[in-house]
Amino acid sequence: MAEFFSEYMLPVLWIAAKIMMIVLPLLGAVAYLTYAERKVLAAMQLRQGPMMVGPFGLLQPLADGLKLFSKEMIFPQQSSKIVFVLAPMLTFTLSLVAWAVIPFDEGLVLADINVGILYLFAISSLGVYGILMAGWASNSRYAFLGGLRSAAQMVSYEVSIGFVIVSVMLVTGSMNLSEIVLAERVWWVDLLLFPMFVIFVISILAETNRAPFDLPEGESELVGGYNVEYSAMTFALFFLGEYANMILMSAIAVILFLGGWLPPFGIEFAWLSWVPGIVWFGLKTASVLFIFLWARATLPRYRYDQLMRLGWKVFLPFTLVWLVVIAGALLAGDALPVM
Amino acid sequence: MMDHAFLQDYLPILIFLMIAGGMAVLAVLASWLVGRQNPDPEKISSYECGFEPFAETQGKFDVRFYLVAILFIIFDLEIAFLFPWAVSLGYTGAFGFWSMVVFLGILTVGFIYEWKKGALEWE
Repeated sequence: MAEFFSEYMLPVLWIAAKIMMIVLPLLGAVAYLTYAERKVLAAMQLRQGPMMVGPFGLLQPLADGLKLFSKEMIFPQQSSKIVFVLAPMLTFTLSLVAWAVIPFDEGLVLADINVGILYLFAISSLGVYGILMAGWASNSRYAFLGGLRSAAQMVSYEVSIGFVIVSVMLVTGSMNLSEIVLAERVWWVDLLLFPMFVIFVISILAETNRAPFDLPEGESELVGGYNVEYSAMTFALFFLGEYANMILMSAIAVILFLGGWLPPFGIEFAWLSWVPGIVWFGLKTASVLFIFLWARATLPRYRYDQLMRLGWKVFLPFTLVWLVVIAGALLAGDALPVM
Repeated sequence: MMDHAFLQDYLPILIFLMIAGGMAVLAVLASWLVGRQNPDPEKISSYECGFEPFAETQGKFDVRFYLVAILFIIFDLEIAFLFPWAVSLGYTGAFGFWSMVVFLGILTVGFIYEWKKGALEWE
């Protein structure tokens, strides 16, 4: 029995502890991302934002969470109850599980699997299911339309995200996220990757259903989209999942293009070397997240045909051609990685 | 159980999946127990801006959503082919490059066809 404990239970408990060390800060980050969003939007519109709960409204996310937690949970009469309640759970679970392979610092990763980027791609593809299930199970006009739109939009932009990821893999020659961060890059390769970075950032706005591509919830026509029938914790799980996905996508952008936990712009001042990598990682992720909020405050919503046109007729052909260009340039410049 | 090094890498993911799923279920359950449940027929009828819902909602929808789904499958599969190609291009060199150019060329012909057919139009 003692042997069983030390052999199997202890490692599992240690892994569980490490998982909590990822999940709890992540949920905190999600809570304060909603706060930051309201504050940034307010500042851009010359308002103050939440100010009443706690100093500078700092306790607002906790108050919102408690309120959602204690609300009545509504199951619409005509809904398919089981699927209806499973959908937010699925969305939430997937948005957490993806973090298993994210390297926060050198060696600071829960599961250092050698196909990390493939794993992320797979998990983010599964995200469509939660939304489709919610839209279908609610048995409501608005939810159904919102779910359909959201699914079509997510799969459309996933194609160009796929091409962008493949081009990064060409340059780094690895699917392991830590190796992608550490891979040596020549300056002209970075230059070639820059258009891919721009497309990636725009595509993750669409992939997470954020403004200016927030048609699935388009409140002026669909009220709230796929989550219109949800309340209490089932709604909160969708909300948490969406924001956790925003942070995840920003983290992926940082890992693929912005050098992960390494200091930005390759600065190597002695007085900065004590800064741990995870701080750089957090700062870079926050900067990408700021783009999400900035875009929401600045840009009007797209029309659906414009959205599909951008995805299929601009991004897809461009990334397809640009991928071949990058591959050809790497081949001609003899810069392909060989381990 | 533990001596398979390859699978051991994935053990944390499995545990993560169980913990995250457990958290989701617990959160919903706890919220359901804490909140006062007081359903009435008006409250739990589906929301349609005050209208009585008057038709089946899981019925027909625009065929273009099917088209998008089908196109997505084609291109996602293609990307699945590109993943191993991208990692190993350093070994396969010019031969690997031109093989993929031919493959992508055939795909592009299909893409141009569907574009001209109007499968990508959303008016």
